[in-house]
Amino acid sequence: MAAITPEIENVQEEASTQRKTPFMEMVDNLRRSTSGKIGLFIIVFHILLALTSPFIVELMPQDPFTREAGRNAAPSLQHWFGGDEQGRDVFTRTLLGGRTLLLVTIFGTTLAMGWGSFVGIMLGFLGGRADEIIMRLVDAFLAIPWLLFLLLIVGIVGTEPWIQMLTLGFFYGIPAVRVSRAATHDYVTREFVLAARARGEKKITVMFRELLPNVLDVLLVEGAMRWSWMLLAFISLSFLGFGVPPGGERTDWGLMISQSRRIMALQPWATFGPIIFLSSLIIGINLFADALAKALGLDRSQGAPV
Amino acid sequence: MIRLIGRRIFFALLTLLLVSLIVFISVEALPGDMATAYLGRDATPESLAVLREEFGLNAPAYQRYFSWLGGIVQGDFGDSLVRDKPVSEIIGNRLRNTMVLAITASLVGIPLAIFLGVFTALTRDRWPDIVVSTISIFGMTLPEFVTGTILVYVFAIRLKWFQGVATMPSDAPIDAEFFNIIALPVATLTLVMVAHILRLVRTSMIDVMISDYVQMARLKGVPARQIVFRHALPNAMLPTINIVALTIAWLLGGVIIIEQVFNFPGIGNLMINGISDRDLALVQAIAIILAAFYVGINLLADLMSLVLNPRLRTARGH
Repeated sequence: MAAITPEIENVQEEASTQRKTPFMEMVDNLRRSTSGKIGLFIIVFHILLALTSPFIVELMPQDPFTREAGRNAAPSLQHWFGGDEQGRDVFTRTLLGGRTLLLVTIFGTTLAMGWGSFVGIMLGFLGGRADEIIMRLVDAFLAIPWLLFLLLIVGIVGTEPWIQMLTLGFFYGIPAVRVSRAATHDYVTREFVLAARARGEKKITVMFRELLPNVLDVLLVEGAMRWSWMLLAFISLSFLGFGVPPGGERTDWGLMISQSRRIMALQPWATFGPIIFLSSLIIGINLFADALAKALGLDRSQGAPV
Repeated sequence: MIRLIGRRIFFALLTLLLVSLIVFISVEALPGDMATAYLGRDATPESLAVLREEFGLNAPAYQRYFSWLGGIVQGDFGDSLVRDKPVSEIIGNRLRNTMVLAITASLVGIPLAIFLGVFTALTRDRWPDIVVSTISIFGMTLPEFVTGTILVYVFAIRLKWFQGVATMPSDAPIDAEFFNIIALPVATLTLVMVAHILRLVRTSMIDVMISDYVQMARLKGVPARQIVFRHALPNAMLPTINIVALTIAWLLGGVIIIEQVFNFPGIGNLMINGISDRDLALVQAIAIILAAFYVGINLLADLMSLVLNPRLRTARGH
C-alpha cells in the first residue's frame, strides 16, 4: 500500500496544470515529517517565550534582578531553579535569557542569507572574471577559523547586539554565496532562463523571477543550518565574555552558564536551568533543519561543523 | 599527477596569502592601533605621535604589511607591546600545549569514530545504532562548552575521577600527570569530534554495504569479517578523509572554547587574553598560525584523496 501511494500522488501532480516550484514540493514533504513538526513547535515556543517573557516575569512574584532568592540557594517551590551566585532568581532570569540570542541570530541569519544568496545568484548567473576572483576570496575567508575572526571583531569593536548582528550576518553570508552560486548553476542553462533572456528581460528580473524561485528551497535549508551554527557562534561568544555584559538589565544563557559554572558543586541548577533552555532551542532548530534537508533530499552529515 | 599536486599546493599558498591579507586589513580597519592600545587612557596626541614614530606605524599600510609578512616567513611574528616580549616566545609553550591537546583528541577520536561508524552501520536501525546515533546527535548539536560543563559536573564534581580545571604552568613537562590533567578537555573534544565523523562514516558505510560488489562478495561466500575490512571499509573511508580534515580544522577553533572552559594554558586561552588587552601583534600571529594549520590540514586531505582515489586524477583539478 505504502509503495503505491507516491505514484498516485505523482500522477495527481502531473495532472494539475500549475507547475510546482521545488520550494512548494519541499513544504509538502515537510508536512509529513514528525520530527520536523516537533522542531518547528520548539522554535515557535521559544520565539513566543522571547516575545512575552518580560510580561510573564512581571506577573510572577519572583524578581530576576534583586537578590531575594538567597546566594546559591537550592531549588524550592518559590524559586524553581534556586538562586545564583549573587542570590538572583535563576528561573526568571532563564526565561529572559534567550531574547538577545534570538533577536541577533534571527536578524543575523536573514541578513546573511539575503546578501549571500543575492551575490551567489548573481555570480552564478553572470560568471566571468568577477566570479573567479570573488570565489577565491570566499575560499580564503572559509580557511579562517571563524570563531577567531568573530572574536577579533566583536572583542575589539564591541558587543552591542547590532554590531554582533552585522558581524555574524556578514560572516555567515560568505558560505551562502557558495551554496546559492552552485544551486544557480543548475538552472542558468535551462530553457526557461534562456527564453527569458531571449525575450530581452532585464538581468535583475531574470535573477528574481526565474532563478530565485527555483533555488529558494536550497536557500531555506541553508538558512536553517546557518541559523543553528550562528546560534552556536553567538552563544559561544557570550560564554567567552564577548556578549551580553554582566550586571545589566539583559540576561543571557551563555553568560549565566559561564558565571554559574563556578558554583556548580553547590548549586548545579543555576547552570542546568539555562543549559536545558539553550539545548532545547538548539535541538529544535536542528530537528527542523534536518527535516527540511530530508524533504529536499540532502544529507546533513556532509555539512561543515560550526 | 605531479602537476595536479603542484596546483593544489600553489592554491593552498595563495589562500594563505589571502588570509594574511584579510587578517591584516581587518586589524587595520579596526578603530585604534598599537599605539593607542599601548597607551590606553594615558594617550595624548603628542605621546601617540612619538610612539607611532617609534613603532614605524607612520609607514604606509602596504609597507607594514610586507614587512610583517616577511617577518612571518622567517618565523618572526614581531613584538608584543603589551607583554613586552617577542610574540614567538609567548606563543611557544602554549602552542605546544594546544597541539598536545588536539593531537591526543585526534588520536583517540578518529579511530573511535571510525570504529563506531562501522559498528552503527552494521547494526543499522537496531538498538546499538540508535543509542550511539542519539548520543552523537547531542554531541554534534550542543555547544562545546555545554558538553564540557556537563562532563565536568558528572566526572569531576559528582564522581571525582578527574580534575575539573586544568591548572598548571604553561611550561609543565608532558608526563603522566599532564595527561591526567587534560583528561576531561580531551574527552570533551573527542566526544564532539566523534559525533561529527561517526555520522559520515556510518552513512558512507551503509552506502557501500548495499553496493553491487559487496553483494557479489557475499554471494561468493566471502566471510563477513573479510567483507567489512577488505571490501567495504577502504571504500567507505574515502569520503571520510575530507570530513576528518574539516573536523580537525574545527578542532582548532573548538579548542579555544574548551581551553577557556578548563582554564587550560594553550594558544586559545592566550588569544582571548590577547583580545581582552588588545595585544594586536599577538592576536594577528595566533590568527595566522591557526589559519596555516587549517589550510595545511585541508591540503593534506586533498592530496590524500588524490593518492587514494585514482578517479579524481583524471578530473579537472579545481
